[in-house]
Amino acid sequence: MNVDLYERIWMWGTAGMLALFFGSTAVAAIGRQFQPPSHVETINPAAALSDPRFASRGVWVDDQGGVHVTVIGMMFVWLPDHVTVPAETPVTFHLTSTDVTHGYQIVRTNGQTMVIPGYVSRFTTRFAPGEYLIACNEYCGLGHHAMAGRLTVVPAAEWAGPGTAAPAAPAPEGGDHGSH
Amino acid sequence: MARTERLALANIWVAVLAFGVAAAMAVMQAISRANLELPFRSSRMYYMSVTAHGVLMALVFTTFFIMALGYVTADKENGKLQLPRVGWAAFGLATTGVVLAAWAILTFKASVLYTFYPPLQAHPAFYIGLTLVVVGSWLWVLEMVLSWRAARKARADRPVSLAMHGTAANAILWAFCTLGVAAEMLFLLIPWSLGLVKTVDPLLARMLFWFFGHPLVYFWVLPAYVLWYTLLPKEAGGRLFSEPLGRMVFVLFLIFSTPVGFHHQFQDPGISANWKLLHTFFTMIISFPSLVTAFTICASLEVAGRLRGGQSLFGWIRRLPWGNPFVAASLLAMLLFLVGGFGGAINAAYMLNSVVHNTAWIHGHFHLTVGSAVALTFMGAAYYFVPRLSGRRLELVPLAKIQPYLWFLGMLLFALPNHFTGLMGMPRRIFTTDYAGAAQAHAWEAITGLTALGGIVLFVSAALFVQVMLVTLLMGQKEPQPPIAWAEPLGEPAGGYRAGLWDRLGLWFVVAVVLVLIAYGYPLWDHFQMERFGSPGFKPF
Repeated sequence: MNVDLYERIWMWGTAGMLALFFGSTAVAAIGRQFQPPSHVETINPAAALSDPRFASRGVWVDDQGGVHVTVIGMMFVWLPDHVTVPAETPVTFHLTSTDVTHGYQIVRTNGQTMVIPGYVSRFTTRFAPGEYLIACNEYCGLGHHAMAGRLTVVPAAEWAGPGTAAPAAPAPEGGDHGSH
Repeated sequence: MARTERLALANIWVAVLAFGVAAAMAVMQAISRANLELPFRSSRMYYMSVTAHGVLMALVFTTFFIMALGYVTADKENGKLQLPRVGWAAFGLATTGVVLAAWAILTFKASVLYTFYPPLQAHPAFYIGLTLVVVGSWLWVLEMVLSWRAARKARADRPVSLAMHGTAANAILWAFCTLGVAAEMLFLLIPWSLGLVKTVDPLLARMLFWFFGHPLVYFWVLPAYVLWYTLLPKEAGGRLFSEPLGRMVFVLFLIFSTPVGFHHQFQDPGISANWKLLHTFFTMIISFPSLVTAFTICASLEVAGRLRGGQSLFGWIRRLPWGNPFVAASLLAMLLFLVGGFGGAINAAYMLNSVVHNTAWIHGHFHLTVGSAVALTFMGAAYYFVPRLSGRRLELVPLAKIQPYLWFLGMLLFALPNHFTGLMGMPRRIFTTDYAGAAQAHAWEAITGLTALGGIVLFVSAALFVQVMLVTLLMGQKEPQPPIAWAEPLGEPAGGYRAGLWDRLGLWFVVAVVLVLIAYGYPLWDHFQMERFGSPGFKPF
């Protein structure tokens, strides 16, 4: 196939650009474990409210001092709808839904995940101090635009501590963590 | 050819009518976005209109117009269709499906949006109707593949035309990817909506949907590419710069369009990160044929501009026939696609996606791609093809000349601000944006007003298009029209090209199947190994 010189230069340039994309993605994803929320774990959505993993909801701290937030999404509310966490500290969110699919989005951060009934979502990120809107970003019915919550991030030194005890049955480790 | 012309025009009629209804739904959303208190305004109306707009634009307007283009291409290739009656059966099935689905949507029984994620549950007529559209389109695929084969046989060692090659590649791609959505409909959603099974696995449904959902965007884009390669250089007064690479481009789309669906599910639980990463790499590869196309089309346009007397480095751009409605629509569509393409690379980026997923950025993005690159090119193509198919001259030509420019302006006002509010965290598909006065939501307000203005400009443009079409089709002056003519390649070897590796679509289809088995086979098998809990249906609308 006879290809024009300029066109060949263009194609090699394109290939070079793609190689750069491949490389940078591979370094971040494999080298630094920087991944989208991809936790694999199932749960019975009809019994999620009383499931040991989700029976007590809110902010809790594990044995190693790691900060966690457990949240259930249902039409058209987040339970709980206001959480307070320390700044510049990794916070791991655990979520599921009792009805339709929702999307948990902490506005103007990279903290978000789809919340699909039958599955447990998990992601970890850290925040700068401030007040954040938490929106539902997956259409879930006529009240979708009203499904919202608040995240308050305070300097770590001023944080009052967890609001709830760690779950009786901690979420099993394993699967893929989303870590940002 | 009269029979083929009637069949193509019947498909164009459905496309234009669907487009008109969908545009009316869109202007309601635009006014809603401006926060005007109107009597009909309610969240029920809003989410119904989002569903109707998405289904009628993205699934009905596009599919029917693409089927019409396919029939025209196949007829031009062989002087006839192989199975004209089957073409009418396809039209009958798909149109029945559209009526069923539209009835369910417009009577508020299916406000599940055009992605219809369960456990939101629509009326069975919605799922059955959309399935009929797909089944109808499979009959069209049969015609395209048979026409391609007939053309190959007739030409011995010469390749089929680039238009037929691209059309056949697209038809094969479509047949393959719609297996995903057909499985979702037939095995999950239809039995579930009829009450035959109690529950459905929402994540499995999403995986099957996006098996179909990303190649769907290439099914829309490839006919626009076919027009840019084969019709635009001719209409602009030039030649096609590199014909053989065009053949490679369509094959690469056939191979790489499908094993990429997880990039729509980056934020989903239940799919492990490594498979999402593999789909990311395939997604990056798929930008290669688009970038090759960008070069070829620009080079072809430069040939045209210089043949028309353009001199300096950029002087040829001014010499292009910007007053020709098809050429203007295509050029403006490509400019918007340039922005949309870069946005798409960000959507598909493994890490950046979490900043834009399901925000206003997304609908800002796809209104530049399917809503501009595809829809605007198709509108321009309608100005070219409808007179040639109907034997009536194009009426209201001044309106047809300004319509693409209005679309361009409206889309700039609509799509660019949506990218900004998306980056500022505004979710997509929301009836109101105030979030009970939250400070972060307040920051979106001024920019959101611009998108409302853009929506109104787009509606005016859409109304002009529908008006030109209706007046031409119903009342156009009958007079002889020039024939349909594809662009000649530049620098064709003496005696013409010979069919080569890129013309072996059957072989490349096998490669596509293998890649999809790698990208989807194991994740789906793995998915079925888990203890899964289904969901009953919900109808919160």
